[in-house]
Amino acid sequence: MTLKLDGISTGYGQVQVLYDLSFEARPGEVLCLLGRNGAGKTTTLKAIMGLLPLQSGTISLDGQTISTLPAHEVPRQGIAYVPQGRRLFKELTVAENIDVGLMTRGKSAATRERILTMFPRLRERLTQQAETLSGGEQQMLATARALCLDPSVLLLDEPTEGLQPSMIALITDTVRTMRDEGKAVILVEQRIEAVLSLADRVAFIENGHGREVVETQTLRDDPSLLQKYVGI
Amino acid sequence: MEFGPHLMLAILEGAVGASVLALTALGLSLVFGVMRVVNVAHGEFFMLGAVVAWFVANSIAGHPAIGFLAALAIAPLIAGAVAMLVDRLILKNVAYDPEATIVGTIGVLYILQQSALMIYGPEARPVEPPFSHRIALPWVEWGENGLAFFYPWGLSITSYKLFVIVAAIAILLAFWLVMSRTRLGLIMRATQMDRETALAFGIPVQRVYSIVFGFGAALAALAAVLIVPIQQAHYLMGHDPLLLSFIVVIIGGLGSVRGTIVAALLIGMSDGIISVFLSPTLSKIIATLLVALVLVFRPQGLFGKKMA
Repeated sequence: MTLKLDGISTGYGQVQVLYDLSFEARPGEVLCLLGRNGAGKTTTLKAIMGLLPLQSGTISLDGQTISTLPAHEVPRQGIAYVPQGRRLFKELTVAENIDVGLMTRGKSAATRERILTMFPRLRERLTQQAETLSGGEQQMLATARALCLDPSVLLLDEPTEGLQPSMIALITDTVRTMRDEGKAVILVEQRIEAVLSLADRVAFIENGHGREVVETQTLRDDPSLLQKYVGI
Repeated sequence: MEFGPHLMLAILEGAVGASVLALTALGLSLVFGVMRVVNVAHGEFFMLGAVVAWFVANSIAGHPAIGFLAALAIAPLIAGAVAMLVDRLILKNVAYDPEATIVGTIGVLYILQQSALMIYGPEARPVEPPFSHRIALPWVEWGENGLAFFYPWGLSITSYKLFVIVAAIAILLAFWLVMSRTRLGLIMRATQMDRETALAFGIPVQRVYSIVFGFGAALAALAAVLIVPIQQAHYLMGHDPLLLSFIVVIIGGLGSVRGTIVAALLIGMSDGIISVFLSPTLSKIIATLLVALVLVFRPQGLFGKKMA
């Protein structure tokens, strides 16, 4: 399904962070949000999830407006969120974290099986408290919990931050699999090489304003935009 | 009475108090843990439970057990419903702001208390216990033939008081089962740990808050129904449970179920024992002193986690 942001403005209380931001994420593609720290990337994902009230603009999923729904209804439309810093329910077990994911859209044991087959490490640790997992395992769990929604749109906020290379490879493979299954993936990622290898299109954000949205190939040929918006 | 039997009596009385206190404090702790709301009106939900119990018990004819059982079912429901209304009308409208909710619940405290005064009146009225047999308790003594049992004069307890202890344990177990084994418990725990992420996984946090606030008040009301055959219902009876619940919740660690129960036992038992041997005022002084020490040396409480 296509997720469309149309001229959204939002922020935290009196502090406005996003100004008139527009872009769309299409099925079967990875869209990467790129910008400096504090540009508003995480805020964009939170706004999509309905966690921040919009001052203006609309967010729609295949033409259906979702930005007027209460926040807890947004994930039920099939939008799954892997927040920055993982945000697991730390004192719940691995199994319980997965259960919360499954409950979101009433998914069955079959979905659970499929997800645990994707992440066999989690199956071995089902009764362990989430906070006792290693960083990589926690990221697996955060991803697994989101995939339990069987989402059509997947939002990932710096999923490879602080992980060792083998874990990064696992997460990026998972993202590719999701794209190939026809999901729309929105990825916030800082490492340029990961962006260039994973993204289909890149949307630049600068100080809360949406800038160019370009095909990744364009950036590979001409990195000047990277220089301009992220200083690399 | 000698010291031994006297101590045993004090411990039993303390256990009754501790049981009721554990239920009341658990309600306060649950509300704070999940919603981060300091419910100053918690004692009034306790009072509401007792007063409703009196009305129910007195409007049902027949054996006192029927009225009592009806009160046991109806009082928590009414207290819970009033609490959910308070959540919708007041707490939600101040967006669960920590300071505003304190002021708001102080207002609720007076509304409930004065309403009780107007409707129920200033009298203290008892509810007849469903059963109450005096059970003489044995004590052992080293006599001519070795160890021997005997029944010291005055060492006795009523069957109803034993029932309160057993009922409280049963309710605590049921609470634990709900929290750890059911979907509702999972949702409440997830909301407690991370409100925003709970929303991002389809948990209707607003509805969970209403349920939790109602649930907390229902626990206080349930505790009051259990105690009202022993203590009488009065419109000002909410003060002590509120104070003691706060003491328990601070010592145990805000939001920690285990800490709340351990601290309720500690405070309830010591309150009972010190009240019997010395004076009730002294026991409150000691409990409050304990709170001060905990706040200085272990601000997160015995079992609480340090807040990030």
